[in-house]
Order: sequence, then structure tokens, then C-alpha cells
Amino acid sequence: MTRVLEVHDLEKNFGGVVAAHNINVTVDIGENIGIIGANGAGKTTFVNMVTGYLPPSSGRIEFMGKSVVGLHPRDVTKLGLCRSFQVPQVFLSESVFDNMLVAYGIAERSGLGLLAPLHTEDREARVDAQLKRYQISEYRDTAASALPQGVRKLLDIAMATVRNPKLIMLDEPTSGISVEEKFGLMDIIMQALKEEETTVMFIEHDMEIVERFVNRVWAFYQGEIICDASTAEAMKDEKVREFVIGQEYHPGHVEGGAHA
Amino acid sequence: MNRLLDKTFWGLTIGLVALFALNYFLEEWMRSIGLQSLSRGCVAIGLLILWRTGLVSFGHALFFGFGAYTVAMLQIAGVNDLFLLLIGGMMTAGLLAFFLGLLLRQYRAIFFALLNMAFSMILYGVLAKVESLGSTDGIGISHVSFFGYVPEDADYRPTLFIFAIVFAYIAAVLSHWYLKSTLGMMTMAVRENEIRVEYLGYSAERAIHAKYVISGMLAGVGGVIMAVTVGHVDPDSMVYWTVSGDFVFITILAGTGNVIATFIGALVYELLRTYAFEFAPEIWQLILGGSLLLIIMFLPNGLWSIRSEWRSRRLMAAAARGETQAAEPGSGAGR
Repeated sequence: MTRVLEVHDLEKNFGGVVAAHNINVTVDIGENIGIIGANGAGKTTFVNMVTGYLPPSSGRIEFMGKSVVGLHPRDVTKLGLCRSFQVPQVFLSESVFDNMLVAYGIAERSGLGLLAPLHTEDREARVDAQLKRYQISEYRDTAASALPQGVRKLLDIAMATVRNPKLIMLDEPTSGISVEEKFGLMDIIMQALKEEETTVMFIEHDMEIVERFVNRVWAFYQGEIICDASTAEAMKDEKVREFVIGQEYHPGHVEGGAHA
Repeated sequence: MNRLLDKTFWGLTIGLVALFALNYFLEEWMRSIGLQSLSRGCVAIGLLILWRTGLVSFGHALFFGFGAYTVAMLQIAGVNDLFLLLIGGMMTAGLLAFFLGLLLRQYRAIFFALLNMAFSMILYGVLAKVESLGSTDGIGISHVSFFGYVPEDADYRPTLFIFAIVFAYIAAVLSHWYLKSTLGMMTMAVRENEIRVEYLGYSAERAIHAKYVISGMLAGVGGVIMAVTVGHVDPDSMVYWTVSGDFVFITILAGTGNVIATFIGALVYELLRTYAFEFAPEIWQLILGGSLLLIIMFLPNGLWSIRSEWRSRRLMAAAARGETQAAEPGSGAGR
């Protein structure tokens, strides 16, 4: 197993508020990790620090053996660590196709190569393949502003993966999605990322989703990770039941279990 | 490479040839209008690029005037060939844009717009004080040579027009190709979502900076053409903030759909101004203001939107007749 992410003694304070304390975790390639915790527990802050959006107060973050502390999000992205957003970050005025085309253009070119025409047959083919993989081909010519929430989420993730990242962090991929649609959406996402051989970490509030799609769970509580264990163990953990998922949740009734 | 030789390219090329032919028949006052349109058109292409990035500059007379005054300074230094003057004006304006861009790339919206104006007024204030450049009276620009060729007096203006057409053509074609490149499409990307651009692996500020330098260079080219056309540069007609307003006027008039529209917009503006001044010297500003109002109310996307508007009406009429004619994907502006 290759180590993809290693975090040591990560700390983050906003004035007197502790947003991250004593965070020590590692991720191996192929592991799928669910990040759970109440609102304000420090989940998104963690993602923001790892992807370079927020500088940590102290601590080390190593991606593929290389420190990423102090790098800009764009540099972290180029190394192969990408993210999606709770609120999809897309180019609202443009069609789904043009969103993807620009994403590929920026990912595939640098320096003077950026002056080459954006539209090429090869690139257009790659866009169509990616739209197919995320099952949003039927929205190809729809403006992103007119998309249903689920499709916009898929577009956001499809754009985040144009560089074929080693690791992707999904910030609440199913928030704002109806209960009936959640599993179908996650099936598409996890299948696509599996094809791309991308290791996945996602923030999620729905424990049924967590149980089904990840094999390891980190439970955040007040800026600390109170549990880092296999999904089955985490669901039974006393502290997790008390502070995160509640006593009334009974794991194991989801068909299939972790399938990733 | 057929994607580069698209409709807009051929449209510009036809325009080039048509203007070459017209040059033989135009009267001098018409040629003058043509030259000024070409000059302001170049500046307005720069504004179009910024506009697509979501930025408006109320101070591009800064680079326009800088290019124009570069002509005056180079002539004092003994340089008199249009080609060298053009390169000089473009480079100095581009260099100025590069340095100011280091600061301006951090600003957006009204702050970006007015900081540009602030810098242009600083240049205005400086030029009004520099006596060796004529302070508020300005300084004359003498006849230039064209790649070493010195035409007879009677041929001077037609020759100047030919070269201005060629320079504007090159600026327009390169700008059009630029807008079709990945960097050019980043105008839209930065305007719509800077966070996404960062997380795709590119710096939004760097993209803005590049576009700012390009717009500065285009304004410099416009300034050189204007200085040589008018034969005189002074702070009031080259750098004052109302000059920046003219460029914004043209951009609104033309819309940001296409570089061809920008030149049409510049020509319409020039005609509007000339005739308003000719026939209603008391209220010509009222006529310009009223025209702007009408454009914003009825053609908010500028003259270019007449074309897409007409096309979509035709499609709707076809649909109403029951024909199954699918709209071609991405038939909107900007292609």
C-alpha cells in the first residue's frame, strides 16, 4: 500500500476558537474514507487546510511524501490532490460542455500552450467521455445555472477530476439532494472515481451513505478526531454514538455494506 | 488549423480588403473618421477582453495617452517611422500596464474601474505640467515615414490609412484568436468563478494581469494611430477621463460578442459624434447620452446582439411553422 496522505499534529485556531487540534491521520491509496461530525466540528476546515485554502496554525501535511503546507490551492491541485465543494463551484453562465472544456483546457496546458485554441477534437472527445462517465451527457448543452442540484454536483466533481487526481476530497456530495436520489448519485460518483483509480475522502452526514460507500471513518468533534476506525467499528464506538450519530441509529441495515 | 480561419477571421479579412478599395474613393473627412474609428476600435478591443473578464476600466485613456505621448517623445528623440513608433507605443503602454497590473490584479468591480481612472488622472496631471511636452497645450506630431517610405503630401493620408487598417486588422485577428484560446476563455472562467479557476490549477490574478497587459498594449496601439492621425497630442484630448468614457461608450454600444462588432461600434460612435456635433452643436452631448440610454434599454448586449436576436427569432419562427430545426449548440455570442 502506498501512503497518499499523511497529517501530523495539525492545529488551527481562529482567534480563541480551536478549529483543529492534534489531528494525526494517514491515508493509503485505495482506501475510501468518510468524514463525519456535527456542523462546526472542523470537517471543512480540515479539507480547506489540506487543499491549501487555509494555512494551518501548525503541523505537517504530506501528500505523496511531499509537504503541501504553504502551497496555493492551484499548486496542490497540480500535485494531484483535488476537491469538490458543498456548493458546486461551476461557471454558471456556460453550458455543461463548455464548463468541462475550459476545465480540461486549463488542466492540460500551461505557459504558452495556453495560447493554443481551446476547441480541439481530442479535447471535445475527452469532455464527452467524462460527461458519459458521470452520466450527465443529456445535459451537455444546458447552462450550468439551469441544472438540477444533483447534476450540478456531478458537474462539480467531474470538473474536479480533469487532472486525474490521486486523491479527491468531496465536501458533502449529497447535501441538498433528496433522500431517494442520494444513493444513485453516490453510485455514479464512486463508480467514476474507481475507474479513475482515485482515492476518495468525503464529508457526509448520512450514516447510511457512509456505511455503504467507505471502509474507514474519521469522526470529528470540536476540532479533534475522536475516532479513526473501520466503518463497522466506528458505528459502534461509544463516543461516536454519543457525539456524532446519536444513540438511536442502528448500523448494518443497509444492503451491501461498504462496496468500494 | 481550420478552427483559426473561422467566420470572424474571414469577416475581418473582407473588411480589410473592402477598406483598401474604399481608400481610393473616400474624401479626406471620411478617411479621418475611419482612422479615428480604427484607433478607438483597438482600445475598445482591450476593454472587451477586460469586460469579458468581468472588469470595466474607466481609465484606459491612461494607456491610450501613454501610447500617443510615446510618439511625441520618440519623435523628439529622432524616431519617425510609423512601425517603430507603433512598436514603441505598444511596448511602453504594455510595460506601464504590467507594473500597474501588479496592484490592480488584486481589485475587482468598482475599485478596479476607479483605480484605473485615478491612475489616468495622475498621468493627466503630470502631462499638464511637463513643459517640454507642451503642458496643457500639447505638442505637434510631424509626418511619419512608413517602413522608410516617405509618400508625397497628397498621398500621405491615404498611405496612413492603409497602414492603420493593416495594424488594426492584425490587432483584431490576434485578439480574436486569443479569445478562442484557453487563456482567452479564461476571461469567462475568471468572471464566473475565481475559486474554480484556482482549483483547476491556475491563478485568477495572473489571468487578470495578462489580460490587463494585453488591453494596455491595444490601447497603446490606438494611441499611436490617433496621435499620427490628429497630428497633435495634448492632455485633454488624449488622457482626460472623458476620453476613457468614450471607450466604455463604444464597448457598450458594440457589445462584447465579437471583435468585428467593436470596430462597427467605434465607427457608429464616430459618426454619431460627428453628425451630432455638426447638426446640433448645442446639444450634441444630449444626443450621445440619449443614444447610450437607448442602447442600454433596448440592446443591452450591444449592436452585436442584433445578429443573435435575429437568428433566434428566425429559429422560433421556423419552430412555430412546425419545422424540427434544432438550435445549433452554443450558437450564442462569443464564437
